[in-house]
Amino acid sequence: MNHHSPTVAPAPSSGANVGQETFVLNLGPQHPATHGVLRLKLTMDGEYILRAEPVCGYVHRMHEKMGENRTWAQFLPNTSRIDYLSAMHYTHAYVAVVERAAQIQVPRRAEFVRVITSELNRISSHLLWLGTFLLDLGAFTPFLYAFQDREQILDLLERVAGARLTYCYYRFGGLCADVDAEFLSRTRDFVGYMRRRLDLYHKLVTENVIVRKRLVGIGVVDAEMCRRYGATGPVLRGAGVAYDVRRAEPYSVYPELDFKIPTYPEGDCMARYLVRMEEIEQSLRIVEQALDLIPEGPIQAQVPRALKPPPGDTCMAVEAARGRFMVRVVSDGSEVPYRIKLRTPSFANLSLFEEASRGLLLPDALALMGSLDLVIPDIDR
Amino acid sequence: MWLRVQRAARSGRQPAGRLALRRAAALRSASALEVLRANREGLSMVEPARLLMFLLGSLVFVGLNGAYLVWAERKLAARFQRRLGPTEVGPAGLLQPVADLIKLLAKQSLVPPGADAVLFRLAPALVIAPALVAFAVLPFGPELTARPMPLGLLLVLAFGSINVMALLLAGWASRNKYAIIGAARVVSQNVAYEIPLLLVVITLLMITGTMDLNEIVRQQAGGFWHWNLFRITANPLMPVSFVIFFICLLAEANRAPFDMAEAESELVAGAFTEYAGIRFGLFFLAEYANVLVGCSLATALFFGGWQSPWGVGSGVGWFLLKLYLLVFTVMWVRWTFPRIQFYGLLNLSWKILIPISLGTLLLTSLVLKWVRP
Repeated sequence: MNHHSPTVAPAPSSGANVGQETFVLNLGPQHPATHGVLRLKLTMDGEYILRAEPVCGYVHRMHEKMGENRTWAQFLPNTSRIDYLSAMHYTHAYVAVVERAAQIQVPRRAEFVRVITSELNRISSHLLWLGTFLLDLGAFTPFLYAFQDREQILDLLERVAGARLTYCYYRFGGLCADVDAEFLSRTRDFVGYMRRRLDLYHKLVTENVIVRKRLVGIGVVDAEMCRRYGATGPVLRGAGVAYDVRRAEPYSVYPELDFKIPTYPEGDCMARYLVRMEEIEQSLRIVEQALDLIPEGPIQAQVPRALKPPPGDTCMAVEAARGRFMVRVVSDGSEVPYRIKLRTPSFANLSLFEEASRGLLLPDALALMGSLDLVIPDIDR
Repeated sequence: MWLRVQRAARSGRQPAGRLALRRAAALRSASALEVLRANREGLSMVEPARLLMFLLGSLVFVGLNGAYLVWAERKLAARFQRRLGPTEVGPAGLLQPVADLIKLLAKQSLVPPGADAVLFRLAPALVIAPALVAFAVLPFGPELTARPMPLGLLLVLAFGSINVMALLLAGWASRNKYAIIGAARVVSQNVAYEIPLLLVVITLLMITGTMDLNEIVRQQAGGFWHWNLFRITANPLMPVSFVIFFICLLAEANRAPFDMAEAESELVAGAFTEYAGIRFGLFFLAEYANVLVGCSLATALFFGGWQSPWGVGSGVGWFLLKLYLLVFTVMWVRWTFPRIQFYGLLNLSWKILIPISLGTLLLTSLVLKWVRP
């Protein structure tokens, strides 16, 4: 039976001498598309990738081990430096797990401020991803648009946290400082501003014919693959699974807030792109609601200066910008944690790259990698 | 007399007018031959002087344009991106190209170990030379062409293709995998895009009946509705042909969204990965020279060259204005679109542009044969 083969670009296996005509391309650790120091050893047949072997560890800083030889509070600054683009979420997970272990009740105002700043941080992280992702596709201009909008968030967060990237704003039982009325009003202004900008992005980028050609149907990651590799966050939601830690394991005041979990079943780069764009919208909604609901009151609970959580094993996960970030702390009742285990989303999301990139063209594989939104220190820890 | 012939050609008396046009063109080329012969016999001093003037003129033009188009592109990109661009060196950063040039010249010209040193050094020269040659026949003004030739268009297109070989050499000689991938992309890209480009040019040639660029511009005299872009009586799809020509121009000059040779986020710097200093600068200059040649060609072929849009006051100014408007568009496209995927690029050419341009070719020949006998 002679079937017509579908007219797609020739697959790498169509050549008679596969395995003889391959070469190894070393992509990174210094490469414009790896955004940091990720290294990929690509076995290529022409421009087709037969095997992509990620080599990580170039920025391994032993965060987990560092946690074992300093006090509970001294580990706080480390949490902003694991995934430096969603520092608020990481700090949130760590302070929340310690609060859970030491049974500290956080004041409501502090929880609302945490939600507002966390969601602002999520937007800024997604904006940075938007810019760099499009840069990977060869579009330079949206990068600067996104960075300009991100700048507004950084200004807002700098106002309350004093830092623009590694905030370390949350403390055990509360916050480092209260927010003022101007922060709240400027945040409200920002919500309106960002909605208008999102419309602009959709007109500029989402509807661009080349962007669609580059993203639709490229780099499909299905729910089954996500399950096998433990992928979470926008990657999983882009595969059609409505899993969000804020809903699955509710924490802080998220149960009181109304937001949707955007999912797209296609699992391609476009789905992940749309999920993140919609998440920006949902984050704006959350911020808006939290601004309406935020009560007056204290921002800090009474916490002993030398914190000694009772012996035990505690876990806490948050929805970081890249997916599920979990901290597991083991306390032996002393001032120093016995063990701090970090479960970072980028590591799981990277591990599916090898399977998902098999047979892709180099530019498509880089689009896939961009759509996974990897942060290298988050992989290496 | 010439104008009268042409006006006759434009007016209703087509057959007689067109005949007169042909005869005049034949006369003109005959007289050009005579001038050539006279030059060779008696005026041997004029030719070297002309050559020198052309070399100096085109080098200065390309050099200045290359330098200041980089400046203009940086400024323009900055404006598109809501920033300022170069401001530090000189007023509004106007001396930035000079500073860049000094930096490039001061850098060591490395040849990577294991590279083919001869080809590696030859490639930058080979990439810039054809672009310079093309300037010999570009019709800047009624009297401003270095060497008007009956086959000028052919010369531009022929030398335009050498550029590809130079990039291939650069990629091959570098002994770098990224460079070779970049070079391989350039070759398949340029082969793919030369076909629709030439098909559009052939369509145009059937209408103009000459390959002399000056002659083509002269035929478009008298108001913008005489420009080839609007000659829909001969080819109803002329604007489409121009769009195809413009896309091919971008692809041939390796400009974004077709910058496969460089593809910064994929291939680091593609074929130029191993180049540093002024050799890299030459590739850069050649890119701008190619954009200039392409846009000049588009101006002459579609926008009436140095003809003014309302028929009076034609001159070199109009040519430059149209040229730079097109160059602006090229830059505009670059800073607006992402890079197209490589197979998407080839599919665009083979599956869309070539069939359409073949269709317009057929349509034009039918129109010329039957509708306008």
